[in-house]
Amino acid sequence: MILARVLGPVVSTVKIRSLEGHKLLLVRPVRPDGSFTAKPVVAVDTVQAGKGDTVLVLDEGGSAGIILGLTGQPVRTVITGIVDSIENKENDNDKRG
Amino acid sequence: MRIGQIIGSVVCSNKADALYGVPLLLLQPLDEAYQETGIPLVACDTVQAGTGDMVLYEGGREAALALENWFNPSDATIVGIIDKAEGL
Repeated sequence: MILARVLGPVVSTVKIRSLEGHKLLLVRPVRPDGSFTAKPVVAVDTVQAGKGDTVLVLDEGGSAGIILGLTGQPVRTVITGIVDSIENKENDNDKRG
Repeated sequence: MRIGQIIGSVVCSNKADALYGVPLLLLQPLDEAYQETGIPLVACDTVQAGTGDMVLYEGGREAALALENWFNPSDATIVGIIDKAEGL
């Protein structure tokens, strides 16, 4: 999974059946310090994330199918969690051990 | 899924069997500011998108799963037409 920030909702009424009933959010991958690292992607939301949230995004078909209960469907990018906090040992000054 | 814009269509009378009956559209990938990024792709269409439409497209194995016949060589398939999106 990768870290990403929710930029906002995406509305698409004409779409394939397996996407119907799912909320779509525009998310953009970020580094742990919050800076953007790649282009935005559109993800299926399963945790009611909102604009500005930092979220966990899964980008792999098999697991996406398991989470959404759709096997063999063309859905790959799924939001699986809302991040409360990130502890990043890399840029902590007091390196223990 | 990624965001792109339809800029045209592609006609192939001689192509892989699994692609017969599948419309091929010329798709320009877009970046966070909805500007062109990268080279245009040829994507299979499943939602009757037209030139100028902003669309969602899927890549990888999932692109093939979006078509009726799963055993097809598609690596980019249009799966939705965007009505509204943040900053669009």
